[in-house]
Amino acid sequence: VSTTLTSPPESGPEAPSKRGDRTLGTRRARIPYFLAAPGIAWLGLFFLVPLALMLVESLKTGGLFSGGYHFNWEFSNYGDAITKNWEYIFRSIRISAYVTVACLLFGYPLAYWIAFHGGRWKSQLLLLVLLPFFVSYIIRTIQWTFMLSDDGIILGPLKSIGLLPQSYHVLATEFAVVAGIFYSFLPFAMLPLYVSLERIDKRLVEAATDLYASRVQAFLKVVLPLSLPGVFAAVVLTFVPATGDYVNAELLGNPGTFMVGNKIQDLFLNKNNYPEAAALSLVLMVVMVVIASIYARALGTEEATNMAAAG
Amino acid sequence: MSAAITAPPSAAGIDRGPPHSPHRRWTRFILPTYGVLMMFYLASPVLVMILYGFNDIPGRRQTPDFGGFTLKWWQNINGVSGLTPAFVNTLKIAIPATIMATAVGTLLGLAMGRYRFRGFAVMMFIIFLAIAVPEIVLGSSLLTLFIATKNPPLGYFSILLSHISFCIPFVAVTVRARVSGMDRAYEEAAQDLFATPMVGFFKVTLPIIMPGIIAGALLAFVLSLDDFVITNFTSGQYQTFPIWVYGATRIGLPPQVNVMGTLLFTGGLVLAVVSALAQRRRKA
Repeated sequence: VSTTLTSPPESGPEAPSKRGDRTLGTRRARIPYFLAAPGIAWLGLFFLVPLALMLVESLKTGGLFSGGYHFNWEFSNYGDAITKNWEYIFRSIRISAYVTVACLLFGYPLAYWIAFHGGRWKSQLLLLVLLPFFVSYIIRTIQWTFMLSDDGIILGPLKSIGLLPQSYHVLATEFAVVAGIFYSFLPFAMLPLYVSLERIDKRLVEAATDLYASRVQAFLKVVLPLSLPGVFAAVVLTFVPATGDYVNAELLGNPGTFMVGNKIQDLFLNKNNYPEAAALSLVLMVVMVVIASIYARALGTEEATNMAAAG
Repeated sequence: MSAAITAPPSAAGIDRGPPHSPHRRWTRFILPTYGVLMMFYLASPVLVMILYGFNDIPGRRQTPDFGGFTLKWWQNINGVSGLTPAFVNTLKIAIPATIMATAVGTLLGLAMGRYRFRGFAVMMFIIFLAIAVPEIVLGSSLLTLFIATKNPPLGYFSILLSHISFCIPFVAVTVRARVSGMDRAYEEAAQDLFATPMVGFFKVTLPIIMPGIIAGALLAFVLSLDDFVITNFTSGQYQTFPIWVYGATRIGLPPQVNVMGTLLFTGGLVLAVVSALAQRRRKA
């Protein structure tokens, strides 16, 4: 962790008190702790403690109807959680990978257009991209179930002019789930891409074309390399939430397309099998945090946190 | 790099077009066309939602086909049992959650953006983790907590506590971004003019970082309003708007949901535009 923080941010460390007053110095040294205390206490109580409790829960054995669950250092819960749910874990990663690739392919040109050709309309265009966020995620996903339905406004006309066979359907397929998650997280991918592209000094591109680089060459040799941090951020910001998503799989898919999130939700809320649910949930968390940390290490935790917040 | 600067950039950008490639004439329409299409794609469910709020259908549940224009769902907005209370519940959670998360998160953001202290790296890592962990893990761990403590029981307070906790990190990083971009000279000037630290903070620091606090609060409000996953885990029988809508999908969606969605959307849009205008005026 510490190595990622070696580069100081622009503001730098708190400068020693110019007035050199020692008591004032020690009093000032306490200020950040007072400021951070409520937030850290809150996150400790409602973020770290719950995670620790879930860890305890994941090591219990027993049954709901045979005297409850008892703490037993049952590490085999983890092996069971992975082997029993391998199908869901694998499908989640596959769907999430499709979504991430699609988000990059479709999000990059959009971000590029706004960053390089948006001119004075940049922030308005960005607002347009983020506009769907003002409508509940649930409602947006439900609208897709209507739009993609067998005789809905997309498939209906295509079928009536004979472009698609009558039996063609999109809903309840893995494609629908990928499309739904893609829609939900495209803005998350777009934002870091936009931020990194917008930062690029446009004169660098002009310099490249003045030096007889074609537009394609200028893009490949100048713009693309400089935007890689944004690409990296977009991958994590899309892949992590997409893997944990279960609403799209539930509303747009069928039980055959359920993801690991559906399984966790089912184990927790319907089956009340807390140990297996907790173990599976922690497995998901560890995988995601490892992925996010690789990215944080490459970019620095602070930058990573800021990028995450941007989405 | 410096060679490009000598020519005025605006002129260079336009003049260079044709000689470089003869196809430039039509290819330059590709990106804008694509951009507009993508905007339309992103907005399409919102447009469908607004449209279906005016859909004249005989039944009480949304259907894929459009039967004409009506205002009856708008006039009968409270006509679905349970929907309006759920809508009100969402606000009863989002407003106090925003206030609490903004207060706590702003202090945290100040500490993060301004100071370096022992434990700083650990704190940053915890906040990074809180943002990076999938929502379903947060939701399930909070459910584990509330099951273990039995107090508060699943319901209003468990949701409120959960919402405050997932909003704090987002407020903190938003405020931090503003704080670390801020010029310290103003505060030093206040100090040199014998302002006490308290007066300096309220008269100088606070006004400067206010846009960051407002942005953080808006983010928290929107996150809380929209949250489904964490609420689903911690709500028990308590219903918020997203939870109610999700439950309704099994029997069909009443068009009034679209009306309320349209109202929320309009409200969010107005808030965003007002805050953008306020920021612009501050800059000018």
